[in-house]
Amino acid sequence: MATEILMPALSPTMEEGTLAKWLVKEGDTVSSGDILAEIETDKATMEFEAVDEGTIGKIMVAEGTEGVKVNSPIAVLLEDGESADDVASAAPAQAQEAAPAEAPAAAAPAQVADDTPAPQSNASPDWPEGTEMVQTTVREALRDAMAEEMRRDETVFLMGEEVAEYQGAYKISQGLLDEFGAKRVIDTPITEHGFTGIGVGAAFGGLKPIVEFMTFNFAMQAIDQIINSAAKTLYMSGGQMGAPMVFRGPNGAAARVGAQHSQDYAAWYASIPGLKVVMPYSASDAKGLMKTAIRDPNPVIFLENEILYGKSFDVPKLDDFTVPFGKARIWREGGDVTLVSWGIGMTYAMEAAEKLAEEGIDAEIIDLRTLRPVDYDTVLASVMKTNRCVIVEEGFPVASFSDHMASTIMQRAFDYLDAPVVTCTGKDVPMPYAANLEKLALTSTAEVIEAVKSVTYR
Amino acid sequence: MATRKTAAKAKPNVSKEDLLQYYRDMLLIRRFEEKAGQLYGMGLIGGFCHLYIGQEAVVVGLEAAAKDGDKRITSYRDHGHMLACGMDPKGVMAELTGREGGYSKGKGGSMHMFSKEKDFYGGHGIVAAQVPLGAGLAFADKYKGNDNVTFTYFGDGAANQGQVYETYNMAELWNLPVVFVIENNQYAMGTSTQRSTHSPSYWERGAAYGIKGEEVDGMDVLAVKAAGEKAVAQCRAGKGPYILEVKTYRYRGHSMSDPAKYRTRDEVQKMREERDAIEHVRQMLLTGKHASEDDLKAIDKDIKNIVNESAEFAKESPEPALEELWTDIYADEIPQEAV
Repeated sequence: MATEILMPALSPTMEEGTLAKWLVKEGDTVSSGDILAEIETDKATMEFEAVDEGTIGKIMVAEGTEGVKVNSPIAVLLEDGESADDVASAAPAQAQEAAPAEAPAAAAPAQVADDTPAPQSNASPDWPEGTEMVQTTVREALRDAMAEEMRRDETVFLMGEEVAEYQGAYKISQGLLDEFGAKRVIDTPITEHGFTGIGVGAAFGGLKPIVEFMTFNFAMQAIDQIINSAAKTLYMSGGQMGAPMVFRGPNGAAARVGAQHSQDYAAWYASIPGLKVVMPYSASDAKGLMKTAIRDPNPVIFLENEILYGKSFDVPKLDDFTVPFGKARIWREGGDVTLVSWGIGMTYAMEAAEKLAEEGIDAEIIDLRTLRPVDYDTVLASVMKTNRCVIVEEGFPVASFSDHMASTIMQRAFDYLDAPVVTCTGKDVPMPYAANLEKLALTSTAEVIEAVKSVTYR
Repeated sequence: MATRKTAAKAKPNVSKEDLLQYYRDMLLIRRFEEKAGQLYGMGLIGGFCHLYIGQEAVVVGLEAAAKDGDKRITSYRDHGHMLACGMDPKGVMAELTGREGGYSKGKGGSMHMFSKEKDFYGGHGIVAAQVPLGAGLAFADKYKGNDNVTFTYFGDGAANQGQVYETYNMAELWNLPVVFVIENNQYAMGTSTQRSTHSPSYWERGAAYGIKGEEVDGMDVLAVKAAGEKAVAQCRAGKGPYILEVKTYRYRGHSMSDPAKYRTRDEVQKMREERDAIEHVRQMLLTGKHASEDDLKAIDKDIKNIVNESAEFAKESPEPALEELWTDIYADEIPQEAV
């Protein structure tokens, strides 16, 4: 059967091309792999090879022709015994629509829908009333959470720099090597890119790794594996396989360690679909969220903070205490303004609220705890009550998570706002070393107080 | 075939059935890839499409050394690996056309396909990213205490990436059962090995980490199989990783849109005519009287049918439902225990 040779698409963006030169003529016999023609695409001149064998029966587009549409017939290939007459009448056809018609744009779930139910905050307590509480540091809470999950699930293991024999650069993994042994608490060489990839591969292979970064600054060496391999594989595999694992370590500014060791990556990771992002403030959240993170069947970014490690909080004494993702915690109820923060930012919000109370301003404080998923409803319900909002984070101001939250409030609670949403963030500068400049580069309690006063017009 | 050294070995240690199987498997890859190229030309396959034509003996030889439970992972030039490990040509082709019937429901494309069933772990688009991932798969097997091996494939281009050497270091340190397969097709896109390194013997670089390895003739499926068996035996015996640098050649451009001006037409033609891996096995079958021309024609016809069926399936399978945009981003939530 005579087959039409069609103008090929020779690049991802090619729609038409120039048939620069024919390298065969009518009557020539060709076999698979022979070059038929040279075709100029939008990028380069390409050789166009025969796929089948046969005889060139007819050349339908003369060389030098420009603007030949992809998929329009350019020649006819004859099998044995056929003659060119069989196809002489073949009309120079229009481009065939071989490719499927473009699908109508998917209806994205609208951010703003008129019939969206009113946001409800979930104020259910994290532990039953009357539970015994134990003063615990964030550091101990994280260690306890990992130890409990490692006892519970043999496939959970911890890897990273200095996690085993050194007992953790920040002593988060203290005692774990003794209890679980070198098979499950693994010191790595200083090769973040490599060991992160190995961790992700181990997760593909059915284990539940906890990958510790000595600080998240070093995870930039490994961010390709975190995003391209861990976060996207479930989607790219049509749901067949993913990376159930935790990436954890201190994030953000510590004290006087300079620009390369002081960055807050919350907004970076929070922008990636496929990741879950946790940033606890208190010890009870560090513990309950870490246990949830280890059990979660997805890659979880767990952003800790060096300054918070030594802070003590009440932690409920329960056999198996977990905190769900996507549920904010209201630390203080108030009617005048909503303060939204997470992680270390909460220290400024809490201090500011105390001082504001002395001046008669009653702030409601919401700790987001997780940024992905994030509890929009608790924030929106609060803003609809207070009509004012200040968001506090330590990260850079441009494309910050605060911006995203402010935008959501603007879109979903515009009519309730009595003042613009104000963000208090780190300054738009690399972190300086000098003590006075470093202090200035971070946000502060004073800035939060000032912002609250501006939105309450005091 | 005069230039071929290994082909001169008169009696390769292989059964007629095995030899016929390798012929079939390699031919399936070649015809499949030719068809993929054709569908690309018709606009049915979009984006990037990297064909494996010329390199077929590498995956077919190594799969012959694998057993159930062994894993494999590779780069974006992955169609051959998928077919060689037994994935359904229909599902692969339908993924190339971005259809519901594809291995990733049309959401991965040519570079991102996976099969849990066949222990194929992708299909990775970032050069060398699959190398630590493959070592991680091997880590998981060692942790679980089985004797499975992971074949981690990468090219001569990837072999210059830093993460490969980070991985070598840890793979040997931790004795991981991973076979690093460097498919040296001599060109990293348009840059020849001579233009990218002063130490072009890639397998020897393993010595710096204490990893053994060897160079293999990648146009000879039996040589690849033999080397694969040696490497796998070392891994299964708990002696850690092994490197195979398999010298091969891709006949087509780096991707469909590569005019391949960095090498001469003659160079490609010479490889095709003198070193072709499929022709090599074909000659062995004929000269050894294991098969007649008619037998081989029947196989050719059979393969052509399989490939045509896969193309038909790939054209007819519908595009994914629009709701698929929003699925598979997160694995199912785990139930939260009430407090």
